[in-house]
Order: sequence, then C-alpha cells, then structure tokens
Amino acid sequence: MIEVLAPGPYATVQDLGRPGYGHLGVPRSGAADAPSLRLANRLVGNPEGAAGIELTFGGCGLRFSAGAWVALAGAPCPVELLVPAPAPGDGRDPRAGMCAPFWVPAGGRMRVGTPATGLRTYLAVRGGVDVPPVLGSRSADSLSGLGPAPLAPGDVLPVGRTRALPPITVDAAPPRPAGPPVLRILPGPRDDWFAPGALEALCAGPYEVSQDSNRVGVRLRGPALERARNGELPSEGMVAGALQVPPDGQPIVFLADHPPTGGYPVVAVLAAADLAAVAQLRPGDLVRFRR
Amino acid sequence: MIRRAGEHGLLVETGTLEVSHRLDALLRADRPAGVTEIVPGPATVLVVAPGADPAGIRARLSALAAAARAPGAEAAAPERTVTVPVVYDGADLAEVAALTGLTAQEVVDRHTGRELVAGWLGFAPGFAYLTGLDPVLHVPRLATPRTSVPAGAVAIAGPYSAVYPSASPGGWRLLGRSPLPVWDAAADPPAVLAPGTRVRFRAVAG
Repeated sequence: MIEVLAPGPYATVQDLGRPGYGHLGVPRSGAADAPSLRLANRLVGNPEGAAGIELTFGGCGLRFSAGAWVALAGAPCPVELLVPAPAPGDGRDPRAGMCAPFWVPAGGRMRVGTPATGLRTYLAVRGGVDVPPVLGSRSADSLSGLGPAPLAPGDVLPVGRTRALPPITVDAAPPRPAGPPVLRILPGPRDDWFAPGALEALCAGPYEVSQDSNRVGVRLRGPALERARNGELPSEGMVAGALQVPPDGQPIVFLADHPPTGGYPVVAVLAAADLAAVAQLRPGDLVRFRR
Repeated sequence: MIRRAGEHGLLVETGTLEVSHRLDALLRADRPAGVTEIVPGPATVLVVAPGADPAGIRARLSALAAAARAPGAEAAAPERTVTVPVVYDGADLAEVAALTGLTAQEVVDRHTGRELVAGWLGFAPGFAYLTGLDPVLHVPRLATPRTSVPAGAVAIAGPYSAVYPSASPGGWRLLGRSPLPVWDAAADPPAVLAPGTRVRFRAVAG
C-alpha cells in the first residue's frame, strides 16, 4: 500500500486510458505524457500500460507500508527517500532519483520536489497502482469524473501483485533532451474554415501557454487565427493533439481528457510524437509550431 | 470527402446524420484492423486507426461511405428502440409552455408524440443528443445554466432533447425526470442511448 501524505498541486492515477468509448461520450483520458508513463513502467518491469501516478508540478509526499520497486520519469524532480532506522548515514537513500528503478523499503517515505523543467512527472510502482478499473482503465478523467478522484492527503493506494512480472532488466534511461519546443503540425481537418495565411500565422508564433491549461487542453495566447467562415460547425469527433480554435482565434491543444466531440473548427493537429512535449508545457512557456 | 485529422485520424464527411449512423454501423459490424475509435457526428464520422495502413484504411472508408450513402442503403444493424418513461414535473415545464404558447399537457403530448433518434454523444458519458424533436418545442437554452442538474433529468434545448446521464451543470430546460438510468459504467454497453438508437418518451405517474 502507498499512503498519500501530500499530493502536491494535482496528482492523479493514470494508465493509458479508456480508448474505444468516444461514441458514448467518454474521453480517452490516460497519462497526458504517455511515453513517460510507459518508460517509468518499463523501468520497474511492469507492462507499459500499468497504472501509475501522474504528478503536476511535483510536490508529492508518499509513504510505503510495504517495500516496492519504484521509478520516476517525465519532468525531472529532486527526489528524497527517507528509509526507517536502522539505516546507514542520515537515513537518506541517495539511490532514489529520476529515470532509474530504486527500492523503497517498508516504511520508506518519499518526497518528490518541484520539477526544474516540464510539468508532469510519472511514478510507476512494480505491480502497478491497483485501484478498481472503470471501463477497463484506472485513469482519473478530469472532464467526465470517471475513475478515481484526484489524490488527497490520507488516500491509500493498493499495489498490484508482482509475482508474475518479468525481472527488472533496465537500469536507467537517459532523460529526454530539453529545449524550447517546436511542435510539428499537420493541417486540417478544418483548415478551410480559416482565412488564407492562418497556418502561416500559427507557425510564425510564438504562443504563450496560459494559466488555465489542464489535462483537457493547453490554452495558448498569441497571434489570433482568423476565420474565413462564420457560423457553427456541426459537432464532430475530436482527436488528442487537435488545435481547436474558438471564436476568439486563440488555439487550444487538446490533451488526454479532451471531449470526444466538439463544435469549434480544428485548424491543425500535432504530430503524434509531439503530444508528449505539449503535455509538459507549463504556464508562461513559449511554444512554436512548424509544418 | 475524407479529411485528415492528424496522423491517425480520418474524418469522413457523410453530410447527414442518417449516413453517419449507417457508416458507423457498417464499421462496427466489420471493424477494419487497427481502428480504435469510431465517433459519429451529425455530418461526419471520425475514425481513429493508429495501427492501420493509411492508404488501405482510406480506401476502405471511401468504399464503406459510398455504400452508406447509396440510395436505399439498409441499416447494417437492426434498429434498437428504447422507451424512456418520464415523470413530467420538471422545473421548466411551465416556462416551456409559456414560450411555446402551449399548455403543459400539450408540451408533454408533443414531447411524447414523436420517435426521436440518438444522434451522437458528447458533453458527458452517456449524454445523447436526441434529434427529431417536434419543432414547436425548439426553445433556447437557459440564459444562466444551472450549477447542478440531477441524473435522470429530461430536458430540451434548441432542436434537441436529452436525458442527463449523471448529475452535472446544465443549461437545458427541464421537462421532467426519468427513472431509467441511461448510463452505468459497470454495464455492457455502459450507455443505453448509443448513436442510432430510436427513443420514445412515455409519460408515467410520479
């Protein structure tokens, strides 16, 4: 069991979401930066889709009532692991850190600090976080409310069985290179709803990430994208990475908890490989797009 | 026309809800390999296929869309009809009557008098936009949405009717409430009003 001492600004249980229910109004949800959750799971020998904890701006404190292998990936945070007596030195285990598995003994307390860069950090525990699945997924969906509630102090998270898992074979994984992201877009599906030059304006940027971004979408502030057509687009299916443009011309990039259908035109869609980078943007970050 | 929606998405233009439903049913009856999502809308069907060969899936969708559009095309699946019992004691019933120039009983008669069709879902899991509402009942949304509408509330707004699947904020006008749960995450399927389902409202005593 893992006891939540402090969840930080916002922490949720996430796996790879519940695909296949969009036609019933169910968002896919799942880890906003899926490659980081997959990596953290691989580091502890889990299937890539096991449920872990998605931290937003770090700041999380956990206590492990049983020993467990743990790994962290995504936005790099300082990690402090206090192990119970008798312990060598001051009781701090220096092996705990990012992008490598480490053992947390029973009674160990872990404190994840604030990330230096990026936004979302993923904690995987060998065996996975074993909360009850809803529609095949343990993900907390902030839009629909499906799945477990966001973590709160005092929550206790069960850990799944580890007996049948393969041995841990990955020692460490180098962190991804950081840098000002330039995100690749594909035009459409509704680029014809915009004035000529809208995609050029989008790529001229830069855009600033707004404070009111969340797991549903990253709201951007920058050059307004002008429409060529007014009126209402009939509601249509939406994909993660879509740049939906409300009447004010300021795009919203849809993340994991995006609504499955929407009525604002989508000017462009991010390349699939760049979805993880957009999930790591923090308010105030600048971002550019290219075709 | 098939529009690209990113690397893995294709948005098939159907033009009408009826064609969307036929294409949706054809795709579900014989799902192409690699397709993870099929999301019908009033004039489109979104198909997400991360694992599919792009040229192959596009050709397949063109052929299926043509079949769905063909005059006299038959539904790929038998039509499902759901009767939704309603206690017509909604907070906005009197106002809807005033807006439409009908009596409350006439509003109920108009609401129960036609078969509606679940067009598409959105807003919340299990929330179906029911199309085919009697035009006399087309009323605007509330100027100020309610912060909480209970699960089971039966409401109208614009050309649509709906049954609230769970408690949520809402700006539609409430005609009544239904004891029929339209959403149960533990059930298979979890939504009673899937796209294409025919819906009949029936007045029952509270």
